[in-house]
Amino acid sequence: MDRISELREELEQKLSQTTDLISIDKVRVDFLGKKGRITALLKGMKDLSNEEKKTFGAKVNKLKESAAKRIDEKIENLRRAEVEREIAAMPKFDITAPANLERGSYHPITLVQRQCEAIFKSMGFTVEDYPEVVTDYECFESVNIPKHHPARDMQDTYYLTNGQLLKSQTSAAQNAILRKYGDNLKNNGVPIKAIFPGRCFRNEATDASHENTFFQMEGMMVDKDISISNLIFFMKTMLSEVFKRDVKVRLRPGFFPFVEPGFELDINCLICGGEGCSSCKHSGWLELCPCGMIHPNVLREGGIDPDEYTGFAFGLGLTRLAMMEYKIKDIRDLNSGSLKALAQFTDDE
Amino acid sequence: MFLSMNWISDFVDLSGLDKLDLIHKFSLSTAEVENDIFFKGSDVSGIVVAEIKSVEDHPNSKKLHLLKVDAGEAELTDVVCGAPNVRVGMKTAFAKVGAKIGEITIEPRPLAGYMSCGMCCSEHEIGISDDHSGIMEITDDVPNGTDLKDIYEIDDIVFEVDNKSLTNRPDLWGHYGIAREFAALAGRPLKPLDVEDLSVYDDMQKVDLKIEDPLCYRYSCLQVENITRSVSPVNMRIRLYYCGMRAINFLADLTNYLMLEMGQPMHAFDSRKVGAIRIKRFDKPFVFKTLDGVDRNVDENTLMICNGDIPVAIAGIMGGLDSEIVEDTTTLTLESATFDAASIRKSTVRLAHRTDASMRYEKSLDPELTVPAIARFLNLLKKYDNGVKVVSALTDEYAFRYDTVELSFTKSFVDRYTGIEIDNDTIVKTLQSLGFKVKLDGDTFDVVVPSWRATKDVTMNADIIEEITRIYGYDNFEIHTTRSPLYPVRMDEVKRNEEKIKDILVKRYSLHELHSYVWAYYDELKDLGIEVEDNIKLANATNPNIETIRNSMIPTQLCQVKTNVGYSPEFGIFEIGRVVTGMTGDNLCVEKKMLAITLYSKTQEVKDLYFKLRDILAVITSDVKHKLPDFAAIEPTHSYEHPVNLNAVKLDGEDIGVIGIVHPTIGKKIDKKAAIVFAQIDMQAFADTDNAPIVYDEPTKFPPMDYDISVVVPSNVLFADMAKCWADEGKGILKSAKIVDSYDTEVFHSETIRFEFSSHERTLSSEEVQEIMNSIVANLGKIGVCLR
Repeated sequence: MDRISELREELEQKLSQTTDLISIDKVRVDFLGKKGRITALLKGMKDLSNEEKKTFGAKVNKLKESAAKRIDEKIENLRRAEVEREIAAMPKFDITAPANLERGSYHPITLVQRQCEAIFKSMGFTVEDYPEVVTDYECFESVNIPKHHPARDMQDTYYLTNGQLLKSQTSAAQNAILRKYGDNLKNNGVPIKAIFPGRCFRNEATDASHENTFFQMEGMMVDKDISISNLIFFMKTMLSEVFKRDVKVRLRPGFFPFVEPGFELDINCLICGGEGCSSCKHSGWLELCPCGMIHPNVLREGGIDPDEYTGFAFGLGLTRLAMMEYKIKDIRDLNSGSLKALAQFTDDE
Repeated sequence: MFLSMNWISDFVDLSGLDKLDLIHKFSLSTAEVENDIFFKGSDVSGIVVAEIKSVEDHPNSKKLHLLKVDAGEAELTDVVCGAPNVRVGMKTAFAKVGAKIGEITIEPRPLAGYMSCGMCCSEHEIGISDDHSGIMEITDDVPNGTDLKDIYEIDDIVFEVDNKSLTNRPDLWGHYGIAREFAALAGRPLKPLDVEDLSVYDDMQKVDLKIEDPLCYRYSCLQVENITRSVSPVNMRIRLYYCGMRAINFLADLTNYLMLEMGQPMHAFDSRKVGAIRIKRFDKPFVFKTLDGVDRNVDENTLMICNGDIPVAIAGIMGGLDSEIVEDTTTLTLESATFDAASIRKSTVRLAHRTDASMRYEKSLDPELTVPAIARFLNLLKKYDNGVKVVSALTDEYAFRYDTVELSFTKSFVDRYTGIEIDNDTIVKTLQSLGFKVKLDGDTFDVVVPSWRATKDVTMNADIIEEITRIYGYDNFEIHTTRSPLYPVRMDEVKRNEEKIKDILVKRYSLHELHSYVWAYYDELKDLGIEVEDNIKLANATNPNIETIRNSMIPTQLCQVKTNVGYSPEFGIFEIGRVVTGMTGDNLCVEKKMLAITLYSKTQEVKDLYFKLRDILAVITSDVKHKLPDFAAIEPTHSYEHPVNLNAVKLDGEDIGVIGIVHPTIGKKIDKKAAIVFAQIDMQAFADTDNAPIVYDEPTKFPPMDYDISVVVPSNVLFADMAKCWADEGKGILKSAKIVDSYDTEVFHSETIRFEFSSHERTLSSEEVQEIMNSIVANLGKIGVCLR
């Protein structure tokens, strides 16, 4: 047998013994490397005649080609086998096993507040922040509740020893907002459009439906010629957005010192749609928010001439909305600090 | 307050109109009507007047009697009756066979062996009073067999108005005022009240009366005698009962009736006890026995009605026991007065005694009412007791008069305010129907507000708008949007940060947002051994447990952690809330909005938890402000702070908060085996730091080069100290330095620091990198950090 056939045989033998990609690389170097065995054959050619050289060289080259092809085939086979082993080794997962839902949570008030804020921002309202400790002037005097006014009895206010108080209503921010944007209204004709969500405090005993600490959101709009018709339109539009459906509203006279005329606004019951059910005490209506035309004294106190400008204001109970939206029965759950209750609100929107 | 449609109908003809619809309109236009409407008498029928003709003892019962009654039929009816007050000749209410009382239909049935063909009824059974002591006694002269409903107003529609919705309407605290609203809503005229002409008594002696205190606005009185009637007419008693009052005796009932009719409280004194009426306050507190027999502590701010110097009544609230009408009273003095509303309200609060009278006075009653009330009272008194004699002239002292309110406005004002078109005629008619005097001159309305609306309620043009629109009906409004210029709206920086931070904490770190109270809860803090630090206090906390306003949110959160131990082996909570950290020079509270975060873990080492919190803070500052915080060790100042690892959080060199570990004494009380770390950030201080811009770093085409060194770091050297060693050495090509490995042996602490070099201009040479590294290593050596 000649050397070429021998080498071919040896290669076949080596290939058959090789089972992994690292060894096969050694085989390649051994046979096809610069100092490999096939290359070595060419070195032994110097004694041959030119004719012989030509013939032998062609044979060696053919061997080289076939060896390379065989090695590549082997590599391909090994790779395929390896992938197959990998596939075979993959266990089957139980995708039906419960998902790990561990994640954070927003307070429900944050969620409701964000929804409301988004609605108002889309209509060009600014969102105002205001302190919780305010003066008597901010909370009462400036919004047309002078000393000895019965409205001060209506809300049991937490007073502080320095004479300040924990704001009993978001209206405490009205005066500051009128002053903040008043110049822009007067000089540039830009209407005041603001909402002011905030935490309010009432000195009262707590139970499932009463809290001494709760959230309200108030809003107002002031411009030339703002009318009752605008107010009703706006409330209806706003509440339809809040409840994501076309709500019916009705207004009744309501007495609030900072508005004139003042209204109680009812919406048709969300549960029964107005048919009457236990949620709406069979009236078909839910009393939802106080609103009204801003009292001339409030505008005046905020530096705005009530003969030239009019405006409306409204209040929304964010705590109440959150309870309605998530069907929370006990208001005290909201400030309980209990994760069992509050870790459920994992997503906004 | 309960209202009777029968009573209202005395003053306005509502015939042919749907009463329920009117009540509904009233609710939408005037004041809130409660849902339950009572159809009085609807469950009673077939009750007639019957006379008891004979009474025999029941052979088988000690209580029962066998009666024969004349129910207006051809033959007498046999009835078995258990009432104690049966007697021959008495007329009573008789439910005939077939009559209905509630669910029961009267049928002939045997009672203890004798047939009873009907039932004699108590007033309670008919539903016209609480009296069930015996059967009803009818004293009116009516034929037997007359249906009771033909002579008495048993059928009525009664509805309740929420008192709160009447706060600003003193005129609506009686049926006459309510009737005025119904008249306006129905478009029908309001009838005048039947009153006596009091001027006929002008020649008689006046009552000795003097107002000595400006808190009494008006005091009117009249003396009458020879009242013989003691029981009120049935219809009067029914109305009082339906409106929630109990009949007492004719005189008391009549004062109550008048109050429910006109809204004017009245009082009757025994004239012997009020020879010289003086209205004043006393210098010193004293004890006064009111007619309900209760001794009340009256202080020097409380207005009193006196006989000379002897107090006889608490003005506007309740009369005294000593001056009450008694058995042998012959002459009585009727009081009809007006007092300062705020004063009555405050006295009511001080005495903790609210009466039907004070409730009305608090609303600022119209002083013009006092005399018509007496004239009406006398009219009713004479109607039901015709022997009554007036023995004094009307005595009326009118100390304080409200100004007449006259308003003037134009049609365009109404148009602007309403946003709809309401025609002049409608405006005039509406206002007139409510008692306003209106003069229309061109487009200008001149209006005189009626006295009963002018005490505080209607004072300006905006009030007139309410009168016009509420009667017009808000349901009838055409609604439309506003026309306003466009303008960009910018979010407040604190608010913007707040929302971003909440998202980072919830979405990235799975923390939970909780809410809490603004005060320190003594009990809970005491349980944890956390001292309540002195701070501004609530002046009127009903619960002493919550007296002090908190100066930090961390104790609050530690309490919340305690609440939630057991919820999960590891959790983190946060809140953006308020604290008061001190007082300004003007003695105002320094309120701050704080972000507080507390992490709790039973599974992590305290160091890992601490660094997690540090990383959270760093992510917050870098996400929101695009820069990193610095930290500086501080000394503890609060009982809950662990003295080690307490650091101020700084941004741009400004203190914005604190990060620390809970003090072990307190930590152990929360959970013996858990690590607890906390941080608090001042949201305003955070918002006040500048936002760094995002600077785009173009990816370089040249390969970066890393250079690692392993160093031994002495325990007193911080990473921040080492960072100074390369801060000025980078020559623009040192991009970052970070710890990639660290380990501790018993003798030293070692760290591997990786320096990353890269350039936008060229491929770096190892020589230039080596040169920088040599300088850095030299600098590190100076602070005792050596290559390992």
